[in-house]
Amino acid sequence: MDFAFFLIQLLNGLQYGLLLFLVASGLTLVFGIMGIINLAHGSFYMVGAYLAWSLSSLTGSLTAAILLAIPLTVILGMALERLLFRHLYQRDHLYQVLLTYGLILVFEELRSLIWGDDVHGVAVPALLNASIPLTDNLSYPIYRLAISGVCLLLAAGLYFLIQKTRLGMMIRAGASNRDMVQSLGIDIKLIYTLVFALGIALAAFAGMINAPLSSVFPNMGSQVLIICFVVVVIGGIGSVKGAMAASLMIGLAETFGQVLVPEVAGMIVYVLMAIVLVWRPQGLFGRA
Amino acid sequence: MSEAILRTKGLTKRFGGLVAVSDVSLDLHVGEIHVVIGPNGAGKTTLTNLLSGDLPPTSGEVMFQGRDIAGCSSDHISRLGIGRSYQKTNIFLPFTVFENCRLAAQSRTPNAFRVFHQAGRYPEINRRAEEAMTAAGLDKRAGRIAATLSHGEQRQLEIAMCLATQPRVLLLDEPLAGMGPHESQSMVELIKRLTADHAIMLIEHDMDAVFALAHRLTVMVNGEVLESGTPDAVRSSPAVQLAYLGGEEILHE
Amino acid sequence: MSSRLARFLPWLAVGLLALFPLVESTFYMQLLTKVLIMAIFAMSLDLLVGYTGLVSFGHAAYFGLAGYALALMAPKYETVSLWWSLPAAVGVCALFALITGTLVLRTRGIYFIMVTLAFSQMLFFIFHDTKIGGGSDGIYIYAKPVMKMGDVELFSLEKLQNFYWLVLVLTALVYLLLHRVLGSTFGRALLGIKVNEHRMRALGFPVFRYQLASFTLAGALAGVAGYLAAAQYGFVNPEILSWHQSGAVLMMVILGGMGSLYGSVIGAFAFVLLQEGLSDQAWFGSWAKHWQLAMGIFIMLIALYLPQGLAGLLQKLGRKPAAEVADE
Repeated sequence: MDFAFFLIQLLNGLQYGLLLFLVASGLTLVFGIMGIINLAHGSFYMVGAYLAWSLSSLTGSLTAAILLAIPLTVILGMALERLLFRHLYQRDHLYQVLLTYGLILVFEELRSLIWGDDVHGVAVPALLNASIPLTDNLSYPIYRLAISGVCLLLAAGLYFLIQKTRLGMMIRAGASNRDMVQSLGIDIKLIYTLVFALGIALAAFAGMINAPLSSVFPNMGSQVLIICFVVVVIGGIGSVKGAMAASLMIGLAETFGQVLVPEVAGMIVYVLMAIVLVWRPQGLFGRA
Repeated sequence: MSEAILRTKGLTKRFGGLVAVSDVSLDLHVGEIHVVIGPNGAGKTTLTNLLSGDLPPTSGEVMFQGRDIAGCSSDHISRLGIGRSYQKTNIFLPFTVFENCRLAAQSRTPNAFRVFHQAGRYPEINRRAEEAMTAAGLDKRAGRIAATLSHGEQRQLEIAMCLATQPRVLLLDEPLAGMGPHESQSMVELIKRLTADHAIMLIEHDMDAVFALAHRLTVMVNGEVLESGTPDAVRSSPAVQLAYLGGEEILHE
Repeated sequence: MSSRLARFLPWLAVGLLALFPLVESTFYMQLLTKVLIMAIFAMSLDLLVGYTGLVSFGHAAYFGLAGYALALMAPKYETVSLWWSLPAAVGVCALFALITGTLVLRTRGIYFIMVTLAFSQMLFFIFHDTKIGGGSDGIYIYAKPVMKMGDVELFSLEKLQNFYWLVLVLTALVYLLLHRVLGSTFGRALLGIKVNEHRMRALGFPVFRYQLASFTLAGALAGVAGYLAAAQYGFVNPEILSWHQSGAVLMMVILGGMGSLYGSVIGAFAFVLLQEGLSDQAWFGSWAKHWQLAMGIFIMLIALYLPQGLAGLLQKLGRKPAAEVADE
């Protein structure tokens, strides 16, 4: 493998990893702070992608579509939290699993009814539809770099929000002691609603920006969900840092795996997970 | 005085920057009750957790009959003969009193992996469970679901389960917590009866019980041993009286 | 209801089911066969979820593995003997469960759910992406297994009602086996672990060993179900390992009522019948295609409003008063 090719795979791997981080961070936040496992998290990724496709077909521009879709998914998230997830906080994880599994089925069928079962392509925004030359005959799409950039920005924003703002402090406090936070007069219900909406907005946004690369297709939600689970197990539940480390690791492993050992590339992720389970069952950055 | 059956040396537990237990050395002898007292947060329960295997120590030794068991798992330590009761009642709420004790007694059966012999048909296990229930005064409650017991009865069950495992060493964490005077009296008498055959470490706040039972007394403050010795010596120690504001009143019988 | 009647009921049920082939209906016999196979599958998961407190979202892995084992053992156009192929398939499942169990049992709670899901997905990818199992096309099983003594075929499983009776017998055997096991000291220990794992450890039980044994047994029994399902259907493809399969069986256990063997059987009945009903075009016309919508809503409603399942509902209706419940 020559250097340019290696560079391309490296960039692809990082970009895939960063995208995974976006989705996985939402999942791990919701779990770490609210104690809820949301199997339907992948469905929001799918919803984002399909919204991006249908709105960009309507408006002719992916950027416009994304700007329209984000508030829609936030509202959807807040509504679901209020109507459904709120009932699950004190319940066993088993019932959360069941409820969100039912939700997946509902989402998949609704998608089928609203948007059909075909695969659709989404156009890259004209502004970003170019490539940077790397060598004489290899160039790299700017759009992919743009995705990576946006993901990094969001990651930095997330870090800043959680570590450096008052809201972040309240979120972290709510994670460890819900009752205490409530008795301090802080509206924990509002915080939970916000965190949940943030979590799924991240997933949906990831679906939106990745749509030009992956196309929109049925089952895209399930695919990304399982990988996210592996990310969270490897990184450690509730740890955003862990989600980043694990996402990058998996992104790179999968990307290089697909070019080096394509027959078993699908397995790599699970082998990594098995190794982490043997060595450090709580995840790389998880609390013991 | 017989050889110490359980002895710790320099036992320390750190949680990140917080030192919960610092350099604690104490020993337990069969036939003796060693009471540990101290304000909340002094590290008494953490110390018990270190001895029972619920937590691994950061450093230090725990010698049981001459062997270092520091860092061993709680099930291993239990099988060695060290039994523990919990400050926060830790029973099997949906099961009957008898089943709670039977299960505890079952832990001592070497081939409990037998999958076809029905659980109720082990006379040895049933006998041990009944003895434990009787010792704790719960024999009339055998058929009741544990969740429906009164708080005091649940504390009795807590002890009964510990006894059903036939330990040599008893680590009792505030067995009298939340009990009324009558029940406390029964519990104190039970502990007195157990003394002859067991080495007992008792954590308590109830000063009447403490001075009725203690052969040795250790005072812990901020994770460290402030004073350790006979109850009289500890009571008259100026350091102890200083640590307990208005000290003399609290330590008088 | 009196416990005498309660103990008599399962035998009555088996008796009635055994007589069912007298009703000459191919469709309903096949449906009932499927239901009974799912009952075995559900009981095996209930051992894990309802009795040991381990929520697995990857139980289809063992179900599917046994099916593929049969498909790979059966020579293309010949028959394979039931006597060794069934134990072999179950053995493979038990071995795989033992190995994955040692890994996944290092986790608990939410991690455990995710990790079991991930391992079943791994198996899915192995069969989907490689040539071992014929890829996404799957493998056909052209002939049912045979029950031969020497050269004499005892019982032709190609006959619908014979296959049905075999399944009925195996379902009853699995039920009896689990009933015995759960009443033993081993079974009581599992229940103790489910209720208060921490205290079990403090009492001296080697909890990991118990959990691993339960996990392995559950995997093996799921293998029995998977073998029969593959034999009945005559075809295996990666879908039998999918997490939808894992979700469905978990749903059956909850619907029926966790921690109750007969509940799992009821749950299997209810779920399969519901699924058949919702996807029936005669009833729902063009909506039948989207039966998963109704199923999804149904699952959500059960999770929210009927956590104790149908068995729990039945118990409430026949509840004994107060706290005086003597143990057996």
